[in-house]
Amino acid sequence: MNSQSASAGVAAAQNAPRAWSIEKRQRFWGWVFLSPWIVGFTLFTAFPIAASLLFSFMDFKIGEEMHFIGLKNWQTLVTDPITLQSLGVTIKFGLIALPVSILFPLALAAMLNSKHVVGKPILRVLFYMPYMVPAISGIFIWQSFLNGQTGWLNRLLRLIGFVDPPNWLFDSAWIHSAMVLIGLWGVGNAMLTMLASMQGVPTELYEAADVDGAGPFTKFRKITFPMISPVILYNLVLTTIGLMQYFVVPFVLSSTTRSNPDTNFINLHLYRTAFQFFDMGYAAALAWFLFAIGLLLTIGIFATSRRWVYYSGGDL
Amino acid sequence: MAGNSISRSVNTSPFYSRQLRGFAIKALVTLFAFMLLIVYLLPFGNMVLISLRSSDMLALTQDSSVLPLIPITYTYEDKEYPIVEVPTDDGVQQWALVKKGRQASQFIDPANPDAGLIDWDGNWRLLSEVQEFSPYFENYPTAWEAANFPRMFGNTLVIAVVGMIGTLLSCISVAYAFARFPIPGKNILFIILIGTIILPSQVTLIPTYAFFASIGWVGTWLPLIVPHFFANAYNVFLLRQYFMTLPRELDEAAMIDGAGPFRILTSVIIPQSWAAIIAVGIFHFVFAWNDFFGPLIYLLGKPELQPISVGVQIFNFQYSPHPELVQATSLMAMVLPLVIFFLAQKVFMRGIVITGVEK
Repeated sequence: MNSQSASAGVAAAQNAPRAWSIEKRQRFWGWVFLSPWIVGFTLFTAFPIAASLLFSFMDFKIGEEMHFIGLKNWQTLVTDPITLQSLGVTIKFGLIALPVSILFPLALAAMLNSKHVVGKPILRVLFYMPYMVPAISGIFIWQSFLNGQTGWLNRLLRLIGFVDPPNWLFDSAWIHSAMVLIGLWGVGNAMLTMLASMQGVPTELYEAADVDGAGPFTKFRKITFPMISPVILYNLVLTTIGLMQYFVVPFVLSSTTRSNPDTNFINLHLYRTAFQFFDMGYAAALAWFLFAIGLLLTIGIFATSRRWVYYSGGDL
Repeated sequence: MAGNSISRSVNTSPFYSRQLRGFAIKALVTLFAFMLLIVYLLPFGNMVLISLRSSDMLALTQDSSVLPLIPITYTYEDKEYPIVEVPTDDGVQQWALVKKGRQASQFIDPANPDAGLIDWDGNWRLLSEVQEFSPYFENYPTAWEAANFPRMFGNTLVIAVVGMIGTLLSCISVAYAFARFPIPGKNILFIILIGTIILPSQVTLIPTYAFFASIGWVGTWLPLIVPHFFANAYNVFLLRQYFMTLPRELDEAAMIDGAGPFRILTSVIIPQSWAAIIAVGIFHFVFAWNDFFGPLIYLLGKPELQPISVGVQIFNFQYSPHPELVQATSLMAMVLPLVIFFLAQKVFMRGIVITGVEK
């Protein structure tokens, strides 16, 4: 499809642009090669974003005539107890999940960057590997591992003296922690980017710190962390957006164990609204609401980043 | 000589002790790293051993063994008797329990059945059964057929491979445009492209779904494939970064030889960029293999079209009383992505680093 349009372009270019200047011809070809993204962005991003906002003011069900209902969906949104509850669940989970999703890969990366560790290449591959496990397999594997009776985690906990370990997936007090544990298999990319960034820190900085007698923790705090802070910022933004879109884990857990208010994440609520209750107008309002929250959080993170993110280039 | 050896020992002993301490620290930290790795990968062990239990083994309970064990039996006069460990004056014997009794029981020695029944005083309930490690591999073929893995694999492969072709064609083209051509407003366009990385996909979901529904594509693979023919930010970014590192002199030499922009792409740029192109291909393949939400909404009510992600979820939901089959399908669903990862891990991890660090 793409190559067809490109070869059509070839034919057109053979005739017309002969007379053009090199500059003009280059520009023409630039647009030709860029066109898949221009078309895709218009068709699958820009237009749907605008349409989504429009739909949020409509009563819209697939196959039915849509009609304008003003702010009604938005009024429902701010008063709907399920929506507010799902927002609460997402925030409550995020408060545990976000720090873990940064600190755990950071610790792994620091460990894999340590000069004291032998066998780094194999450790790096194996610590990364769970990230490659398809989400659906990972969830069922963890579901079995976290089984209150027979799962290895609780067997292990009983072995080391916890008489009554939690029934992770069926206990309101523990299910979010369980989901954070499941999420530990998703830190591969963050770990790898942090590690690569650590390896890029100039060794002279550490040598200078050694001369000044700095210990390992001081070196981490004063050199490593600032030097890799742009990567941490990048991962923090991606995880925050990911949290807004958190879906497969709560979807599978609530379909195989039980429908549970603790797994009613906002994106799952959106899915149910759109594809189980077919209320597309309200779902579009929810989507824009989510988008707005994600945008605000991203802006907030960037605003604080001036204080803790160090750009060696000096700009920003 | 003596003075020499003394001075040597004086000089070297701190060196040796420092070396020894360094070695000890290395050993300790490395040990810790590998222990942590084992804990991190422990759920895999749980999966494998559950998948090897047969469904008629003891029901899974807190006390049931971690390993798939079955009791050993001994057939005596056409009847099966469990083998138990019996403490006797001659040490612990493994005998078949023929007659159970609270005060006294009767056994037969499988090694010497002709000796007849042996009397033993004691409660049989205190004796433990002898079990042997007996992995039940049948779960894999059973789950393979029950979940219709060949069909799920075929569906996933078509969706993944055709989408991969689309991604490669479109992303190479767009990355080439960004890397080499003087397009007015290129920087702004590039920032917009990168901005789409942090755009939550839900905000485009409803209209996109409505659009696909209106042209009759819901219930087909097209919504899972066609959008990939229009480039995506991650892969364009990766390829552009790579193309930027290639020397322009080769392009210019080809241009002087009369090659057009299309020719330069196919015979100068692409042959130098296989590492990045392979990385993008694998990224897409893994993405498609993993994608759950797309098939969930676009292939609702079409089980024959479902790829592995949703197919496995539906199967495991139906078979949740059979943890051994659930774990077997989970393992079979992850083999191919893991094999590809191990084969191409260098290229793959380098690609992750380019998109994650150099932004």
